[in-house]
Amino acid sequence: MSLRLTVSNISRNYNGKPVLKDCSFAFDSGCIYLLLGPNGSGKSTFLRICALLEDTDSGEVNFVEDNTPLDSPLVRDTTPLNPPLVRDTTPPSPPLLRGGVRGGILKKDIHLKRRISLVLPKIGIFNTTVFKNVAYGLKIRGFKKKEVEEKADRVLESVGLIHKKDFNALTLSSGETQRLGIARAMVIEPEILFLDEPTASLDPHSTTIIEETINKLRKHNRLTIIMVTHNIFQAKRLADRVLFMYDGKILDHGPNRDFFEKPKDERTYRFITGQMVY
Amino acid sequence: MESIIEGFRRAFFLIFNLDAELLSIIFLSLKVSGLALIIATVIGLSLGSLIGLKRFPFRGIIISLMNTFMGLPPVVVGLFLYLILSRSGPLGFMSLLYTPSAMVTAQSILAFPIVASLCHSAIISVDPIIKQSSMTLGATPFQVITTIMKEARYGIMSGVIAAFGRVMAEVGAILIVGGNIAGYTRVMTTTIALETDKGNFELALALGIILLTLSLIVNMVLHLIQKKGMISK
Repeated sequence: MSLRLTVSNISRNYNGKPVLKDCSFAFDSGCIYLLLGPNGSGKSTFLRICALLEDTDSGEVNFVEDNTPLDSPLVRDTTPLNPPLVRDTTPPSPPLLRGGVRGGILKKDIHLKRRISLVLPKIGIFNTTVFKNVAYGLKIRGFKKKEVEEKADRVLESVGLIHKKDFNALTLSSGETQRLGIARAMVIEPEILFLDEPTASLDPHSTTIIEETINKLRKHNRLTIIMVTHNIFQAKRLADRVLFMYDGKILDHGPNRDFFEKPKDERTYRFITGQMVY
Repeated sequence: MESIIEGFRRAFFLIFNLDAELLSIIFLSLKVSGLALIIATVIGLSLGSLIGLKRFPFRGIIISLMNTFMGLPPVVVGLFLYLILSRSGPLGFMSLLYTPSAMVTAQSILAFPIVASLCHSAIISVDPIIKQSSMTLGATPFQVITTIMKEARYGIMSGVIAAFGRVMAEVGAILIVGGNIAGYTRVMTTTIALETDKGNFELALALGIILLTLSLIVNMVLHLIQKKGMISK
């Protein structure tokens, strides 16, 4: 079982200024999605709304159970990929989806919220040890002490922070803090993991460690990762599918290679070739 | 100068001989102040948390009032409480005047705004990202609140200790509502005031030394708590 996320016609205004304009998308489970776009394009707002941290002004965010086997064929391939440059602004077509049995829309209660997790760009570190930071999500779910220790240690090991488990988390470097943020989310084994620019302001070494961690998660059965970045190269390295946001809209999307090799919108082309001025 | 030295000598004699009168005064002081602190902490923590965590109408007025009450003159509190608790007052039927309960009430009134105000300050100084982080990790609304309170714990503790300092040092209000009755409502501060008036410095000095020692201990505890709250590798 896993979760499938669908957003339908969501819009959001901040102080009367539209930040998201009628965005719709259906995320397939078990994929890594990278949300690309220039600053101020609405990526983070979109992510926060998808992660149920913010409400929409209109439209819907829905989660449904997905019982489809991962190896089932992809259906509804309606994404037109040619010609590569199309000078129109019509909304993109629905993405590839796996067919199969799906349950009804899930209620947005604490049970659903506990099946997803969001790593914010600024990690809200609790003023306690690294271990207790990681254990937090497990403790609030009522896990037993032994289980908490085992799971937290395993995750700390995988992000390379086990040697710092008894350190005060506020003493960690930026890269370590970011890894701790991911570890804290990983330990609760979410079915959808939202990452908001986890490598922004990190050096190349720390970025590599974070990307390796994300790649390890890729092997996790059924985990969907939706990550915001404005780093094109990172999107190329990590994404199964890429979405391009511009001016509060999802302008373009597609599988990794198609997205970068055959962009459907001129603005996408300008962005990925570094020609966009904004 | 000699009389001061003699006063200190006798004071230490009283302390080291565990003088019965001295002990009963210390015990009553700790009892009254301890109880007042518990009441002030319960009220102050609830109020401080409420205004720190929630947004509601007249919140700003409550914050201003609370900050003003932090500097309440003890004698004024004592006077108002005296009028309320005296026979002809609205609560006169309870016969609380000149009892330890009246002293506890007076000290609680003086201390709770300190706890509330410092608790509120500690809570609002917690980074808002903490709230969001706990939400993204699946915390229930109650768990979010306890997480924020936990993050504010050192500030809250400072408030409680500051309130303890206030109640221990308080003299004006409890003198008015307690009446300084020997063996019943006579506490350390009121004894010091009385014995100084009488020119009997040895007991006053002995109590002064104990009060200072208690104050030192409280400050050391505060320092240790704050040190623990600092980041250490």
